[in-house]
Amino acid sequence: MLNFIWGAMIFLGVLVAVFTGKIPDLTGAALGSAQDAVNLCVKMLGIISMWTGLMSIAEKAGLIGALSEKMSPLLGFLFPDLPRKSKAVKYIATNFIANLLGIGWAATPAGIMAMQEMQKLNPKKDTATRSMCMFLIINMSSLQIVSVNIVAYRAEYLSRNPSEIIGPGLVTTLISTIVAVIFTKIFEKADAK
Amino acid sequence: MKIMLFVSDMIIPLTFIIIIGYGYLKKVNVYEVFIKGAEEGFKTVLGILPTLIGLMVAVGFLRVSGTLDLISNFLSPLCEVLGYPKEAVPLTFMRLVSSSAATGLLLDIFKNYGADSFLGRFVSIMMSSTETILYTMSVYFMCVKVTKTRYTLAGAFIANLAGILAALWITKLLF
Repeated sequence: MLNFIWGAMIFLGVLVAVFTGKIPDLTGAALGSAQDAVNLCVKMLGIISMWTGLMSIAEKAGLIGALSEKMSPLLGFLFPDLPRKSKAVKYIATNFIANLLGIGWAATPAGIMAMQEMQKLNPKKDTATRSMCMFLIINMSSLQIVSVNIVAYRAEYLSRNPSEIIGPGLVTTLISTIVAVIFTKIFEKADAK
Repeated sequence: MKIMLFVSDMIIPLTFIIIIGYGYLKKVNVYEVFIKGAEEGFKTVLGILPTLIGLMVAVGFLRVSGTLDLISNFLSPLCEVLGYPKEAVPLTFMRLVSSSAATGLLLDIFKNYGADSFLGRFVSIMMSSTETILYTMSVYFMCVKVTKTRYTLAGAFIANLAGILAALWITKLLF
């Protein structure tokens, strides 16, 4: 899938550039984007390493285990294939909590570790499991309770009430997540047949 | 508003205090464990870098060549028929592809129409109930080398569509 999409994006970009006369800009785009990726990674290196360090203390102290225990009924419903006390479930719990709080840079490392743990349980290594699909779709349905950055941008652009979107935002986030779960459950059933 | 900002300012410091305090309580060797964990994170990020380079270069091609503009221009008449504000089409589309590009377009809308306009409110709510699909999916799947992603893209797309429509509905309802 990604194999196909990636190549298609590049071909499409070049093809359109021929018509828009932007061919000379493509070299710059390629070099600049590659550098941007490295810059982004360098920024993330510090933050993510710090966070995974902190999280391993929480893990060792049993804090994450206690948290995922509390979320266990919900996680059991969403991920029936994962053993209740597995590391995968713990990392998923951490990822969801960080997402809810809007700490994206903390959610990503936990999410990656959750994927790696789920991959260990995966019998077909090149194919996504039910749990992986559920986990990612929920992640991409947006979980953040308060979009602090949007509120900040609104304040910057002189909104009279920057935070008025928090309530409606919460409702829409809830709707998109519920829809995500319902549809994924339907897909799961259809795919199993 | 003040309380919200105070709470969000406090989340990280409190997380540090609670985790490290709890660690001492459970007699965890906090510094050693921290360093070991940080090393894991370090390796993980380096592992994502190639994915990120590949992806951002491809998106860069699409952006610079004008393909993204073309697609959203193509979509806007269709959206108009469906009652979707056409000024928000490029942002809606970009939101699913590139987070930084979407932020740029969001600020553009705030600047041109005002943060308190119908459009400004709608895109604020829409932004908070959607997610960058392309980036999230590639990073997570590529870090475990899964290539057959089954119904993930379809599910993510439906979830975001629901978020977008819900945002439009609630903005019309409230403002």
